[in-house]
Amino acid sequence: MSNLIAWIIRAIPFGTIIMYGAMGEILTEKSGNLNLGVPGIMYLGGFAGFASAFYYENNAASPNGAICILLSLVCCVAASMLGGLIYSFLTISLRANQNVTGLALTTFGMGIANFFGVFILNGKSYTAAPLANSAYARKIPFLSGLGAVGQTVFGYGFLVYAAIVLAVVLHIFLNSTRVGLNLRAVGENPATADAAGISVTKYKYLATCIGAGISGIGGMYYVLDYNSGIWATTGQIEALGWLAVALVIFTTWRPLNAIWGAYLFGVLYWLYQFLPSLMGFTVASYVTDLIQMVPYVVTIAVLIVSSLHKKKENQPPAHLGLAYFREER
Amino acid sequence: MECAIQMKHVTKTFGSVTANKDVSMDIYKGEILALLGENGSGKTTLLNMIAGIYYPDEGEVLVNGKQVEIRSPKDAYDLRIGMIHQHFKLVDVFTATENIALGLDSKEKFDLKQIRKKAEKICEKYHFEMDFDRKVYAMSVSQKQTLEIIKALYRGADILILDEPTAVLTPQETERLFKVIRNMKADGKSVVIITHKLHEVLAISDRVSILRKGEYVGSVKTSEADENLLTEMMVGKKVELNIERPVPENPVKRLEVRNLSVVSEEGVSVLSDISFDVYGGEILGIAGVSGNGQKELLEAIAGLQPVVEGGSIKYYNAADGSEPPMEVVGKNPKIIRSAGIHMSFVPEDRLGMGLVGSMGMTGNMMLKSYDRGRGFLTDRKKPQDLAESIMKELGVVTPGVNTPVSRLSGGNVQKVLVGREISESPIVLMTAYAVRGLDINTSYTIYDLLNRQKKKGVAVIYVGEDLDVLLELCDRILVLCGGRVNGILDGRSTTKEEVGLLMTKLQPDKVREKAQGEAKEEAQGETKEAQREEKETKKETREQEGGGKVE
Repeated sequence: MSNLIAWIIRAIPFGTIIMYGAMGEILTEKSGNLNLGVPGIMYLGGFAGFASAFYYENNAASPNGAICILLSLVCCVAASMLGGLIYSFLTISLRANQNVTGLALTTFGMGIANFFGVFILNGKSYTAAPLANSAYARKIPFLSGLGAVGQTVFGYGFLVYAAIVLAVVLHIFLNSTRVGLNLRAVGENPATADAAGISVTKYKYLATCIGAGISGIGGMYYVLDYNSGIWATTGQIEALGWLAVALVIFTTWRPLNAIWGAYLFGVLYWLYQFLPSLMGFTVASYVTDLIQMVPYVVTIAVLIVSSLHKKKENQPPAHLGLAYFREER
Repeated sequence: MECAIQMKHVTKTFGSVTANKDVSMDIYKGEILALLGENGSGKTTLLNMIAGIYYPDEGEVLVNGKQVEIRSPKDAYDLRIGMIHQHFKLVDVFTATENIALGLDSKEKFDLKQIRKKAEKICEKYHFEMDFDRKVYAMSVSQKQTLEIIKALYRGADILILDEPTAVLTPQETERLFKVIRNMKADGKSVVIITHKLHEVLAISDRVSILRKGEYVGSVKTSEADENLLTEMMVGKKVELNIERPVPENPVKRLEVRNLSVVSEEGVSVLSDISFDVYGGEILGIAGVSGNGQKELLEAIAGLQPVVEGGSIKYYNAADGSEPPMEVVGKNPKIIRSAGIHMSFVPEDRLGMGLVGSMGMTGNMMLKSYDRGRGFLTDRKKPQDLAESIMKELGVVTPGVNTPVSRLSGGNVQKVLVGREISESPIVLMTAYAVRGLDINTSYTIYDLLNRQKKKGVAVIYVGEDLDVLLELCDRILVLCGGRVNGILDGRSTTKEEVGLLMTKLQPDKVREKAQGEAKEEAQGETKEAQREEKETKKETREQEGGGKVE
């Protein structure tokens, strides 16, 4: 029982990281932009959030948790949106190839984060921002103490709950508002949207930049909460970023699916550690790596199933990955 | 009658091509106007300028007597003008209601239920049937068109422009559409239909305006018009081009097409029951409004288009008939090509089929010979020699054989394409739209090239748009209409009006079949007669005729 609880407590925060990444990417892809720079953007967001919290903590006379949260969130979103802006300018204004630009952005974001991280690390192998961590990881008082339910449902930092709220908001935005309808039209058939008087460029820019901002929060959540506020030079965020891209496909571009999909991915990711002890057997170390592949295998299975069904609603936006220009007009 | 729209001296050019030249035209209130013209006569371009897709270079547009600037489709809607394009502007995964809601004025409250109610009222008024919860991808073409009309009416359109609305409809659906159009007229709306189908013009319109080669020819009341008058206005008087047309020598049957039918991927019949023969040493012209099966016909012969069972294309490889003919249907394109059937198809965007824009002439020559090299590496020498000889012989203007062909001008691109096909010394050469977008001089170079092939005994199939050219270049003209052979005419004796009429009006089955049958018989006889007239004195004539008889 305690193993199962530990598993869930591990899986939900893990899911939250990729949920942010995936929700941002869903918004981006709904505008027809396939941004493969999600890992890079999560690096940018994670590093900007950590660095701002770190400097605030170490330089302010009496650092305050709330201000720390606010500051790091703003820096994280701003840095991520900057990444999104670079991508938008290249692919929308200059009509560069989206795949190439996205991959370049991944390399770029990772490089920038690790490069500036060196100055913060200052020779150490890792540094920490304990105040920010305690602020982000603060559990809901009282409720989190209510036994197993309290632990598994109320025992997380506020960003876990914010992610769920955001998914619902995104769902309503995409399906029941005028702007959401327009955005979907841009991703499906920009020529039609253009003819209907919708500014394709504006929608693409906004969706991509705001989407990047959301994705970036996932990176920050990883550093300041999931990873206990510790910054180190690793490739971990990149792996999470790709998992977020896989999750977008898994959800068939629906934000609500991202909620349970992300948690499922979390459960599957931690399968290797908790399943054997739950079942009471041990596995060889090389098998762990195999088990960690399960989320990707599930994504491939979803791709196969949705391709076989050919249901139009489960397909990516029709104009995904293609640049739009009016031709001769 | 009061004018809804007046266009005054409107001119529109695309690069060096003039699409509309000094067009002045009126659209009255509460009328059904048919805009008639051949392909490329500028009908769609003209009305796109009212709909905000294009902006005129010169001239002015008046709506209800006031001069207006229409810069975007939104401006057009604000002036109560709605256009239904040939390619529907609908989002596939949206429901009908969502499509109507798209891009509506943002001052109104966004409420899909209200929008739906209002749309349903429109449906009641004009007797449309529409399932508003259905997604567009699940709709038939006719339903999509209805949705487009509802969309335009929802936005308050008083002037509706329909671009070739019947091209994709079945006769029953067309009848239903006409009913709707009449309902709209009864409600005081103006409807403009772009079309080239004469019987529809006569059936539905109040007035007909005619464009020819981008210029306004005139308008007539439908009640005072008949097919002959309209055809004459549409095709115009014959223009003398003085293209050389040598008499076919020694015609040998090369292709025998019988009962050829092609069904498109969407299940629509594109070609039905086509039968004709092609002879070496002659140019067979194929006339027809574009999209009537020309492309599919050539592709079927080249092996690129699956053919409905029962059709046959026999290819006579040996000139003296010593070998049994080869059945082309079912063969792969490479085998057909190496047997001597070559196709050069010049699509609208010129480069799309046949040439790779980013490659130079040499590279494009290699596309046809890359598999002939012996070693592991490709042989660049021969293609380069070929490219250089084409460049010299045909006068291709290019900085070098390795300059990407996309940087060459249209005429030069066509020379490269035709030159490459000719260099393979084909036995049957198919060209489509070889002079599309070319200036006069370059066009003559291409005609000359084709004539040289003809003199060599090649069977040339020439798909063309310009009737004047077809009439002067071709020995026989096959007219396609609605995917059927609507007549095979003798190029020397037919008239422009006759071809024009066959292009636009499908003959009754019996007449067509008779024509098809006769053409088969006559083709030989007529060419022989022509030979007799011009070469009676020459002794060889007899021998040649003897040769011609061997089949």
